[in-house]
Amino acid sequence: MKPPPFDYRAPRTLEEALEDLAEGGKVLAGGQSLIPLLNMRLAAPERLIDINGVASLDALEVTAAGVRAGALARHAAVERSAEAAAVQPLLRQALRHVAHPVIRNRGTVVGSLAHADPAAELPAVLALLDGHVEAASASGRRTVAAADFFTGPLESALRPEELATAAFFPALPPRTGTAFAELARRHGDYALVGAAALVTLDDDLRVRAARAAYLGVADTPVVLDLTGPAVQGQEGRPPGAVDWSAAAAHAVARVNPGGDIHAGADYRRHLVGVLTGRALAEAARNAPPGGT
Amino acid sequence: MFGEPIPRREDPRLLTGQGRYLDDLGRGALAAAFVRSPHAHARIEGIDVDAALDVDGLVAIYTHEDLPPGVGDPLPLLIPHPALTHGRTARPLARDVVRHVGEPVAMVVARDRYLAEDAAERIRVDYEVLPAVVGIENAAAAERLVHEDVPGNVGAHLVQEVGDAPAAVAAAPHRLEFRLDIERSASMPLEGRGVYARWDPDEGSLRVYSSTQTSTGVRMALAARLGLPKTKVEVIAPDVGGGFGVKVVHPWPEEVLVPWAARLLGREVKWTEDRREHFVGAAHERGQVQRVRVGFDDAGRILGLDVTILHDHGAYTPYGIIVPIVTSTQLPGPYKPGAYRVEFTSLYTNTVIVTPYRGAGRPQGVFCMERTMDKIAAHLGLDRAEVRAANFIRPEEFPYDQGLTFQDGRPLIYDSGDYPRMLEMIKELIGWDGFAEEREAARREGRRIGIGLGCYVEGTGVGPYEGGHVEIDSTGRVHVATGLTSQGQGHQTVFAQIAAAELGVPIEDVTVATGDTRRFGYAVGTFASRAAVMSGNAIALACRRVRDKALRIAGEALEADPRDLEITDGVVHVRGDPTAAIPLRTVAVLANPLRYAFDEEARRATQFAVGGSPDEPPVPAGEEPGLEGRDYYSPVRSTFASGMHAAVVETDPETAEIRILRYAVVHDCGRMINPRIVEGQIHGGVAQGVGGALYERMVYDESGQLLNASFMDFLMPYATEVPRIRTGHLETPSPLNPLGIKGAGEAGVIPVSAVIASAVEDAEGIRIDAMPLSPDGLFRLRRRAAVDPALRVERLPA
Repeated sequence: MKPPPFDYRAPRTLEEALEDLAEGGKVLAGGQSLIPLLNMRLAAPERLIDINGVASLDALEVTAAGVRAGALARHAAVERSAEAAAVQPLLRQALRHVAHPVIRNRGTVVGSLAHADPAAELPAVLALLDGHVEAASASGRRTVAAADFFTGPLESALRPEELATAAFFPALPPRTGTAFAELARRHGDYALVGAAALVTLDDDLRVRAARAAYLGVADTPVVLDLTGPAVQGQEGRPPGAVDWSAAAAHAVARVNPGGDIHAGADYRRHLVGVLTGRALAEAARNAPPGGT
Repeated sequence: MFGEPIPRREDPRLLTGQGRYLDDLGRGALAAAFVRSPHAHARIEGIDVDAALDVDGLVAIYTHEDLPPGVGDPLPLLIPHPALTHGRTARPLARDVVRHVGEPVAMVVARDRYLAEDAAERIRVDYEVLPAVVGIENAAAAERLVHEDVPGNVGAHLVQEVGDAPAAVAAAPHRLEFRLDIERSASMPLEGRGVYARWDPDEGSLRVYSSTQTSTGVRMALAARLGLPKTKVEVIAPDVGGGFGVKVVHPWPEEVLVPWAARLLGREVKWTEDRREHFVGAAHERGQVQRVRVGFDDAGRILGLDVTILHDHGAYTPYGIIVPIVTSTQLPGPYKPGAYRVEFTSLYTNTVIVTPYRGAGRPQGVFCMERTMDKIAAHLGLDRAEVRAANFIRPEEFPYDQGLTFQDGRPLIYDSGDYPRMLEMIKELIGWDGFAEEREAARREGRRIGIGLGCYVEGTGVGPYEGGHVEIDSTGRVHVATGLTSQGQGHQTVFAQIAAAELGVPIEDVTVATGDTRRFGYAVGTFASRAAVMSGNAIALACRRVRDKALRIAGEALEADPRDLEITDGVVHVRGDPTAAIPLRTVAVLANPLRYAFDEEARRATQFAVGGSPDEPPVPAGEEPGLEGRDYYSPVRSTFASGMHAAVVETDPETAEIRILRYAVVHDCGRMINPRIVEGQIHGGVAQGVGGALYERMVYDESGQLLNASFMDFLMPYATEVPRIRTGHLETPSPLNPLGIKGAGEAGVIPVSAVIASAVEDAEGIRIDAMPLSPDGLFRLRRRAAVDPALRVERLPA
């Protein structure tokens, strides 16, 4: 359980970091996934580029448009930010499910996105909110939409020479509520299945739109628009009285999770239905009647 | 002092990071790493080390061919048994065939562990992969063999019978027949194994530190293996971060190879096991399949019980067949099972070896008996507690002979207990009576809750012996030493409590040394809930010797009859006359006649200072100098602790999650030395029991790969998964030992799977016959039960 040899770089500026990265290597931010992979010799990068000394990367910017987390913004910092929670409550709702407090103290939001674990919470959040990732390399910068960012299990659209410098989570639209529900074997474990939900009400405070994103059911986050089954046949019902079972059944029919040693495919699919119902109901309850 | 719930004296040191564990030692030592088999069953065709040779800092690479006779031979079979007709053990480094993933094939020694692993990674081993035997029933089917010369994969087969159980079952008014499954788990101590060795070429002596549960065992095994006199081998167990059974196995391959290499190289060598190695290179436990036939009367009294057990012992049997023997003999628990027949077949598989893990076969036996009790109750429509009570051994029936032979080769005779009283206590603690209404009220809210109960009897304090040495020095400090080891139990506290109480000294003056062969050479080890019973009594007996000697010397000094003396706060005084007194530190001075005065106290013991008859030798015949004493405790047989647990669980109707709402324990370990430590032991045991009931299993695929060999995928409960525990104590002293105590170490873990199964069955109305039970497992059971009435259980009263 000792890593194989690697070169270690500790750049002090973003430019240095990008120059180092141009030579090849793996970025070390919070290290909560990378260090175990190194110790188990499942990863053997020639070079580690430790960006923890790059001061400009830890910014957490909250504007009316949304929350922008720099590459070194720790889970705990985002989770505890009242400003971020006010603009986009789903972040805090989801981050509470990310591992344990000590891991959240060190792990980074952007690192979790770049790691692109299909069982992780934040990729589903970014996908549901239509957020994006900002990437930089020595040759330029670009923005990658969430829909394009997650390309496979532990695979993202980042190029080898690129550093994900920030992630942007758009603000909540008016009269919209969010919720996050997941089921893990133990407190803080990777979820067997998780669902992030977003429900928007109309001027009459009836459900106008309902969407959910799922983790643990496919190689990448799955986003489903559940507005149709959520609205159909529920005319006149206030959000607290909506029957979400049709939406849950709709979701169940559209996911095809695999099984592993912790849970079989049938159980995971069943959980998609249960969690869809629970998350949508809670999101509707959380939708402020008077707009945000 | 004896019996007081004082805080653990070792905690400030251990909790502030001042512990000295194996890897904290030997900072300059060379590091060892091991090349381990990636295959469950394979023939080694060749080993090519060339690519490793240019790793900077490499010191040595060893394969089986490099090992001299003795060192390279198969490891000892520690506990032979006539029924173990085909015992097999591994060599420290595999010679031609590997039989489980993780078996050591080569050892690398390098400047540090990083480099050792770099070199190990470059060693190429060519294997011819052989078909693997995985799973108990595949082993029994024996279409493939683990050892070519072991037919049927059967290592051992043992039948024990009391009466004619098949006939009793056949003649009984009611009969049931069913199958139970328990999966594998493991001890999984926080600190893995580890060994650090120093060879002194001038002295020709070896000092070995090992994270072991038996330093004396390691010492004798090493002396034999390495051809050294015992006096030239010292083995020390430093602070040990948990053992739970796995560290009583010895010598481990690494425990032989590291000291051997240290002597050969003339350098200090250390190996610290990592977690991946612990999963595949140490030991597991628990896995069994049981088939039960039971016959009973209208009151639920068992008339005949016939149990057939298939036990998976992994690839080798270094620790013999202790686990299935314990399952077989502790299965009857607090009951009189009528006629009893138990048959086990212990089978080889291409998996990690199976050796005792806290509970050591009892959780399986208790699962069997307690599931049987619940099934009888369901069949007859009786209260589950009533059925148990109907089968209890009554308090007036002790000593009670179960007619079986226990793991120590002695008759299984229960010494004392009060099971009816204990049942009343546990029912009260958990709220048994009236639970039917509670369950119904929950049901009306759409919630499912259930209650479960489990009882056990645990043979503790197995022999053959332990010893204690007690010395009071001329400062008045009391030095207690015992040979068995500590791995977190609180021996520094309880042994000091015993010594303080026996000697009449402040506990602050008492220090305790354990697991160091330099301090005490004769010992067995810390396992089988035996430390308090064995060393506790030995220390008490040694203290009584020292006390007698102190009173004798003080009597002479005070010109008083020793029978009129007592010791309070470290001072010997005449009863009723506090002015006629002499401190123990002065008695210690007088106990050691001196020629030389090295300080003021010593001056009082020199030849012109002491009185006494000029015609008597300064040290009388039959006496030894010094205020110290040594004694041993060797019991005629084990003493039997007992306990009952109960739980209320809630199952989620949608997600099938299982949550423990309440958990209660009543425990009887005879006289308690320290109730706080007993309770801590119970809490830790229950936590491990919750792991076994709801989370932990070793997931092997059909090729023998362990799929969950990490803490990410092998799910031990966190604090968040362990319920609050309400504990009640009952004390029925053991008549077998001077202190009247019984063991408490393993108790907490034993009935938990049985209790949780009972409670989930009650909540769900579905038969729970296999553990552990995951949410997915319950989800699948629900689906099957929906179409198969045989899987459903009638709602049980209470």
